Amino acid sequence: MADYIQETLALTMRWVTRLSRERFSLLFTLAQPMLFWLILFGSLFQGAVDIRGIDAPNYMSFLAAGVVVMTVLNNGLAGGVDLLFDKENGFLERLLTSPISRSSIIVSRYIFVMGITSMQVVVILLVAYFFGVHPETGFGGVAGTVIIGLLFGIGLTSISMAMAFAVKSHGDFFSVIGFLSLPAIFLSTALVPFDAMPGWMAFLAHLNPMTYAIEAIRSLILVGWALAPLVKVVLVMIAFDALCLYGSVGIFKRNVG
Amino acid sequence: MTQQASDGSTAIEVVGLTKRYDTVDAISDINFQIKTGEIFGLLGPNGAGKTTTLRILITVLTPTSGSARVHGFDVCQEATKVRRIIGYVPQERAIDRFLSGREHLLLLGDLYHLSKQDTLRRIDEILKLVNLEDKADQRARDYSGGMKRKLDIACGLIPDPKVLFMDEPTLGLDVESRLRIWEHVLGLKERGITVVLTTNYLDEADQLCDRVAIIDEGKVRVIGSPKKLKADLGGDGISLALLESEREIDTLMSSLQALPGIRTVKANGAGLDIRVDTAEAALPRVLETVAKSGHGVDAIDYHRPRLDDVFVAHTGHAFRNEASVNTDG
Repeated sequence: MADYIQETLALTMRWVTRLSRERFSLLFTLAQPMLFWLILFGSLFQGAVDIRGIDAPNYMSFLAAGVVVMTVLNNGLAGGVDLLFDKENGFLERLLTSPISRSSIIVSRYIFVMGITSMQVVVILLVAYFFGVHPETGFGGVAGTVIIGLLFGIGLTSISMAMAFAVKSHGDFFSVIGFLSLPAIFLSTALVPFDAMPGWMAFLAHLNPMTYAIEAIRSLILVGWALAPLVKVVLVMIAFDALCLYGSVGIFKRNVG
Repeated sequence: MTQQASDGSTAIEVVGLTKRYDTVDAISDINFQIKTGEIFGLLGPNGAGKTTTLRILITVLTPTSGSARVHGFDVCQEATKVRRIIGYVPQERAIDRFLSGREHLLLLGDLYHLSKQDTLRRIDEILKLVNLEDKADQRARDYSGGMKRKLDIACGLIPDPKVLFMDEPTLGLDVESRLRIWEHVLGLKERGITVVLTTNYLDEADQLCDRVAIIDEGKVRVIGSPKKLKADLGGDGISLALLESEREIDTLMSSLQALPGIRTVKANGAGLDIRVDTAEAALPRVLETVAKSGHGVDAIDYHRPRLDDVFVAHTGHAFRNEASVNTDG
């Protein structure tokens, strides 16, 4: 067990060191959801349209939950990128010839991606607070939001890592990520509520696990501790994570087992 | 680092190793033994199966059939035990460009579950050994090709390995760096480390390795020390290019064949290829016989047997490398 902690910690710290060396990338990663989606997109639509079905004091407090979950989505989907590069430059093989538990590589990645995502979620809520978005559930709601983000992120990171191992080239990886990301956002309630969508999009949005994460967080921000969305999100996320892990574990075993 | 005597015990035993992809055998029925403390080379052109063999030995590839043991541990059944006693220097510069050289070694120290003290002590020793002390705290992205290779070797030495595996250790390096890497490898041998390397450089196999296995089309063709392989081939080679080579030469060939110290005489269209015990002793007699026969000599060439000759003799074709010349440095 001591060995496992030692190797997992060392691998996790490697990701942290790498990120800290990429200052620009770090800055843009952190700032992108805030600046682009929350502030620009939020302000743009604040007065531009009167969207049907929004039950919120203003558009930005409606949008905040969407921006949080979009961030979780993008971080999760990109979670396998570094493994992809390790695979391509042979660093992974070096790790695999050392006497570590194979799972520590995967686990270090979860810890890192989840840690970064949680920090980002807190920062987004903080920035939103300064724009007048004051969650009904206070600090408890912030914790709840982080937990929902983690639940969604685990499944996404699994998919991303599995794909990093499965793809032939990193071009394929980025095409698939790019293809998944935007439809997932538009076919959810991130930007508009169900009532404002065409019927077929609302139907698909109901099948999108991302929607349930957004609805639960939105309820924490706008309504309070309502039970129904929280129960729903927990059930949906358990199913989603189980499915993602089921699909990924075989690929992990084949590639780093 | 511990000193290990090269006591002639077996470090690696490979029996009937086969790896099949779909219907194609990347390697088939590979057998060899490597003694503790020797430098063993897997020599062959690209795609011959050297790297496949190596990747099975370092536990990252499972064979279709056959077995391989490293110091008695099976590479499949007891992979973790094997991993504890081997070091690996990959072919690609498997370097994280965001980390410094020292950070690479610290990370590996944790992956081999060393204590902080042991790691630091070993890092000092290894950096001195590979001559990378001054640059240890620079980011690896600023390293030259030769420095990256040194860091690769340093990484391979962190576990204080009994066996060090090197995949094409000098591929794409300039001549000076190559010689320096060879020196390092010889230094490791002195410390009692068994070194197993793949190479597609004939001179590397010839000058660095104690023994080589020539691998071609997934099979081991011959194993032995370069010296013995060349000696077994039978003496030196003499090539004569004859004037008027279309003239009847059967009589000449049989009178040459009758000379002492001559092994084989073959016509090659432009003249004769003659294998002799030693060129110095045979050459005067050969030239005398040719002169008597009335043939004129256009050119004479003689050479000690080279590893290329050994390769040709055992594979039936010349050593070809389709490797692109400008492999990344």
